[in-house]
Amino acid sequence: MSEQFPALVVIGPLLAALMVSVAGWLRPRLCLPLALLGLGIAAAASTGLLAQVLAHGPISYRLGGWPPPWGIVYHLDNLNAVVAALVSWVALVNLVAAHRAVLTDYPDKIGPFYTLYVLAVTGMLGMVVTGDAFNLYVLLEITSLTGYALIGLGGGRAPLASLNYLFLGTIGASFYLLGVGYLYIVTGSLNMADLARLLAPLHGSLALTAAFAITLVGLWMKMAFFPLHAWLPNAYGFAPSPAASLLAPLMTKVMVYVMIRVMISVFTVEFILREVLLSQFVVWLAVAAMVGGALMALGQRDLKRMLAYIVVAEVGYMVGGAWLGNRLAMTGAILHIINDAVMTFCVFLAAGCIFQKRRGTAFEDLQGLFKKMPWTMAALAAGALAVIGVPPTCGFFSKWYLIRGGLEAGHWGFVAGLIFSSLVNVVLFFRVFEIAFFEPLDHGHGHGETGGAVALTEAPLSMLLPLMAAALGLLALGLATGPLVERVILPIIPAGLG
Amino acid sequence: MEHYIPLFLTKYNYWVYTTLMMIGLWAMIAKNNLVKKIVGMNIFQTAIILFYVSIGAKYGATIPIIEHGAGHGAEAAIRAADYINPLPHVLMLTAIVVSVATLGVALALVINIHRRHHTLEEDEILEQLREP
Repeated sequence: MSEQFPALVVIGPLLAALMVSVAGWLRPRLCLPLALLGLGIAAAASTGLLAQVLAHGPISYRLGGWPPPWGIVYHLDNLNAVVAALVSWVALVNLVAAHRAVLTDYPDKIGPFYTLYVLAVTGMLGMVVTGDAFNLYVLLEITSLTGYALIGLGGGRAPLASLNYLFLGTIGASFYLLGVGYLYIVTGSLNMADLARLLAPLHGSLALTAAFAITLVGLWMKMAFFPLHAWLPNAYGFAPSPAASLLAPLMTKVMVYVMIRVMISVFTVEFILREVLLSQFVVWLAVAAMVGGALMALGQRDLKRMLAYIVVAEVGYMVGGAWLGNRLAMTGAILHIINDAVMTFCVFLAAGCIFQKRRGTAFEDLQGLFKKMPWTMAALAAGALAVIGVPPTCGFFSKWYLIRGGLEAGHWGFVAGLIFSSLVNVVLFFRVFEIAFFEPLDHGHGHGETGGAVALTEAPLSMLLPLMAAALGLLALGLATGPLVERVILPIIPAGLG
Repeated sequence: MEHYIPLFLTKYNYWVYTTLMMIGLWAMIAKNNLVKKIVGMNIFQTAIILFYVSIGAKYGATIPIIEHGAGHGAEAAIRAADYINPLPHVLMLTAIVVSVATLGVALALVINIHRRHHTLEEDEILEQLREP
């Protein structure tokens, strides 16, 4: 059984998505249990895989028994085993919290919502475990298409935001496909390990540089790296809150993982270290992302949109870390993928809890919330401390590695940008806390049928428990940084990095 | 100059796909009507499909179907140059499915937008959104 885990990670949720869509027509009550079952299988299998990979080294799984260069391989090493476990657990915990929001906001769309949700997670997990460049494109589009639909479910400006995301996302995916086409022309292979072997003698050729640049631009569009981030704030700001707390933490992080995978497993470190000018350029773009994301977040008057701009800045941290070109920074980038997924999840879920009760997340809606929703706000505060980077939450440790990496590379701009954006995060979150703590709840302002101030209570338990799990996860990850770096991350940092 | 003419003539498939791609990109950026933008997106995707299809083609080659019982031993050996490369074509079947699905999602979103704003001109929609 356990040797089938790599297939099970993808097949489990895929079959569940099919059954959920049928259940949506016949028995909508069965949708949630089926979705939970599918994601539960994925979470169990990915955890099992992580244990196997840590104990016995990388796993190669041949789909249909075809040997690697011809068939599609699922290749798991420390890097993607840990990302797969992360994706499946965050998605599972968020699904529990999504239940109430879906019942109140989309009672007639239960079937479609859960189907899209499970399919999106299937696509992400597939992208993470696959070892085939073209297979990755298909799974990327599965995730993106379901993501567009999930965002489009929201009211107001959501469909327009989703359509803009669709345009930019399609351009991004098409660029990735084009880059893979160039690689196929020069090598005749699509398997990542095979590509790395065949590309080694071609380093320095113009076609390869073109393929690299085109692929990267495509991936950057999908991850909302700074000048290409325009779609993200609207898409995640207007998305239904359960969809936002699935996509915002996971989609960008999975794309950063794909970028690192393409960098170290397809083009290899030797190729990247040759492109010194490109590396310099990308790190400066990352600095622009950190500073620009932070400044644009300052201009927002809505919690969700503010968080969306913080995501733009966080993408800058990870991309910059991956391109600084030393072991410490790469460790920091990979660690930040894990940490940032959990902390973004925590703050977006808290925003979802607030939306559930206040029907809005504009700053005026936050007044008096520390009194009325103490647990939600406590979790938001924990998430905020992690985003700022206060020890012992996990955010501190990945930033620590990133800053040390920046110092070792002698890149003062990166270090300054990272510290600046962390300081702006302090301002951003303490402004939110000031409103929520000191400003009294405006009695005339209450939206919706709750009648405002009097009836406002803590979020339902089914949302609060996942939120607590996420907040505790921040602390647990922070305390587990040592073993996480030692056992999981260091073994996969390529030896070529200085 | 003479150097560039053969480059242009022998690699014309690349010029065709680049031109198509830029036409699509231009439509997505410059057009105001959402459906025209979607048409542009489709041209963009089709350009890449054409690129893949063209790289599988070979001069004087035929479709990759091999007859049974054509011979034994050395006679049965296949000369790859006689057959076009089927792999990029098969990949593009998947890419076509993806592009059709993208088109479907985009049109569904457009219907949703039209129901809400009663127009598909982007500037009019943005103006409506600014008003309240």
